[in-house]
Amino acid sequence: MMLHPLDFWIILIAMLAGLCCALLGNFLVLRKMSMMGDAISHAVLPGLAVAYLITESRSSFTMFIGAAVVGVLTALFIQWVHSFGKVNEGAAMGVVFTTLFALGLILIVHAPESMDLDPGCVLYGSLELAPLDQVQFLGLQAPRAAWVLAGVLALNTLCVLLLYKEFNISSFDPALATTLGINARLMHYLLTTLVAITTVASFEAIGSILVIAMLIVPAAAAHLLTQRLGVMILLSLIIAAISAVLGHIAAITVPTWFGFRDTNTAGMMATVAGLLFVLAMVFAPRQGMIARWRAGRRGDLTPPAETPDLGPPPALRA
Amino acid sequence: MNMLQQIWTQVPTWDQFLAVLLLRDYNTRLVVFSTTLLGLAAGIIGTFLLLRKRSLMGDALSHATLPGIAGAFIVMVLAGGDGKWLPGLLTGAAVFGSLGVLAVVIIRSQTRLKDDAAMGIVLSVFFGIGVALLALVQQMPQGSAAGLETFIYGKTASMVWDDFLLIAGVAMATAVACGLLYKEMTLLCFDEGFAAAQGWPITRLDVAMLALVTAVTVIGLQAVGLILIIALLIIPPAAARFWTENLGRMILISALIGGISGWLGSSLSALLPRMPAGAVIVLVAATLFGISMLLGSTRGVLVRALAHWQLTRTVRRQHLLRAMYEAIEAQTDHAFPELARTLTTGSTGGSTKGSTAAAGRTPGTGEHDFEHVPISFKHLMGERSWSAHLLRRLLNDAQSRRLITRVGAARSAASSDHGKESYRLTWAGLTEATRIVRNHRLWELYLVTHADIAPSHVDRDADQIEHVLSPELVTRLEQTLAER
Repeated sequence: MMLHPLDFWIILIAMLAGLCCALLGNFLVLRKMSMMGDAISHAVLPGLAVAYLITESRSSFTMFIGAAVVGVLTALFIQWVHSFGKVNEGAAMGVVFTTLFALGLILIVHAPESMDLDPGCVLYGSLELAPLDQVQFLGLQAPRAAWVLAGVLALNTLCVLLLYKEFNISSFDPALATTLGINARLMHYLLTTLVAITTVASFEAIGSILVIAMLIVPAAAAHLLTQRLGVMILLSLIIAAISAVLGHIAAITVPTWFGFRDTNTAGMMATVAGLLFVLAMVFAPRQGMIARWRAGRRGDLTPPAETPDLGPPPALRA
Repeated sequence: MNMLQQIWTQVPTWDQFLAVLLLRDYNTRLVVFSTTLLGLAAGIIGTFLLLRKRSLMGDALSHATLPGIAGAFIVMVLAGGDGKWLPGLLTGAAVFGSLGVLAVVIIRSQTRLKDDAAMGIVLSVFFGIGVALLALVQQMPQGSAAGLETFIYGKTASMVWDDFLLIAGVAMATAVACGLLYKEMTLLCFDEGFAAAQGWPITRLDVAMLALVTAVTVIGLQAVGLILIIALLIIPPAAARFWTENLGRMILISALIGGISGWLGSSLSALLPRMPAGAVIVLVAATLFGISMLLGSTRGVLVRALAHWQLTRTVRRQHLLRAMYEAIEAQTDHAFPELARTLTTGSTGGSTKGSTAAAGRTPGTGEHDFEHVPISFKHLMGERSWSAHLLRRLLNDAQSRRLITRVGAARSAASSDHGKESYRLTWAGLTEATRIVRNHRLWELYLVTHADIAPSHVDRDADQIEHVLSPELVTRLEQTLAER
């Protein structure tokens, strides 16, 4: 199998996006906010459309701003519906993101023909075309998407490194964080903003579905492999990188076995990440199904899979 | 801005409007009926999902159907059939939707990951597989697979009679099933543990519920697409929740909101140019949600704000009365029991009723003229940590309720004598103040004697509870304390 230079760029872009997402995903998974990525990535659609309609240009920067603003607004709206309306968080997300998505669809249908922003491109991205848009920066010729994602990765890494302790404590014990003088609410909004920026930067290249996959799946798999946050973050980054490489290779090889040409790289990356998760679920050293089954046979106290948190029953009588 | 002009110039004429509203056109009639029924069915089953806090399960499920659709297409083409045979595609969708639900359940039970992560994993991985399969479909020689994409965004206008029958059938089945399993599902929603302890097959009930959700999702794929069907499962129940605390009524309202959204949305999309029906339906539902959230009669934002405002006012007024009472007590050096005896006619029932009865019989003839002791504004300021502005507002409010009167009102009508004016309790005010002080002290006594809380710490607790003690509770407190 020969890898074309373009394949190299595709893998690099996918890997950068995967790293950006997986880094933040750890905190989303730990804070039980996984679906926030899903909500934001669906909801940016109207932001893109409005940015286009206002500026009448498809400049990446205005679109980026528009989508990022809507991304943060989405988080805010969800918070409002949740706290003012006393709607449970899942339903609040569902209400907000589907509404925004519907609004975006209508705006796009009504946008002038010249605007080639079709909703499909938002959902599964155009990773195959991303390397073609090359720019010169710092004397280096690289795809624009790679530069953008490298910038976002640097931003995310910086934030996580600088605020590692704060993120750590406020993820596991918001009450403790508050008593230690960490503003848990501020951390929440910082995380949401970073997720919004990352989502917007990534989805043009890899599509919103892969953004969700990279936000959640590597972090969830890593969560099963270790008990330590630092290790978990490292593992999630490795899993994301492996998904990117194997995903692209699978996309251009697997279909040929069945007589097809190739398939969508983003879709294949999500699939590979899913497979890696299943491996982690089965073979993880302590949390894995096999480990727990064997521990059970030895009669050890098994680390039990935690029972789902059902929460207090709703105050409603039948 | 040319977009707005475009819409404006294409506003339908009155005749077109009537034609759609009265369902004169066969195709419109079909679409409107279908979407209305879909909204009804989704509203019903969505209610149970919402109460089980599983709203986003519909999200995971609907995304998981994509590989089923693409896979079914491939299988049917390879088998030499027509790739777009609808029952086949929907069967594929249902199979993979169920697999998605199963995967969520397995991840949740076999790992320490929570619901949200399990759903996120299933949703993104399944959809990724679907996208990869769709890309393959597009390369198939027979594969003008463009039609498959309509499942993502829906294509309401292309509905035919068979689709209507399918939707009507599933909607009917959903309604009947929910009717038959109403009691069991209710139990499952509110107290799963109790249901299990009572011997109900909760796993099977859960499966039945999710099967209904799957069925509604799959029939909704064609009508509004796999992303917006989520909205129909979530928004109507969430909106209905603002109007009632009763499950039966909530289901009805939710079905109604879903039905109206489907009907209005598809009508509007038929009237206006280039309006995708699925999106319009969702926006109508979202509007109804917004209205419900604001105006809802039980949990709406306005109703709750009003209730909160009223409670705050009552609490503050009662604080004022108690402060005045305690000030009088301090000045006249009269012990509490004596006063209580004057007011409560010696019976054990120190309840409101007793006090008012006493008030009716002996107005102003009390042995001690508590009501005639004036309390100065300045003194009241020292009683609690309230601002002069707030206190003045409270005093005016109490005055208008005839609970207090201003002493020497004629002389100091002008507001120039800041802090110098005095007030005294009227008979009604004294009665109310006595009741509150009594509640306060009963609770303090109870905390000291029965909860072993230090006397110096009980005032704060009693300060909050004195406003909400019911007459029954007061009677019980009296009995409990009398037994000591």
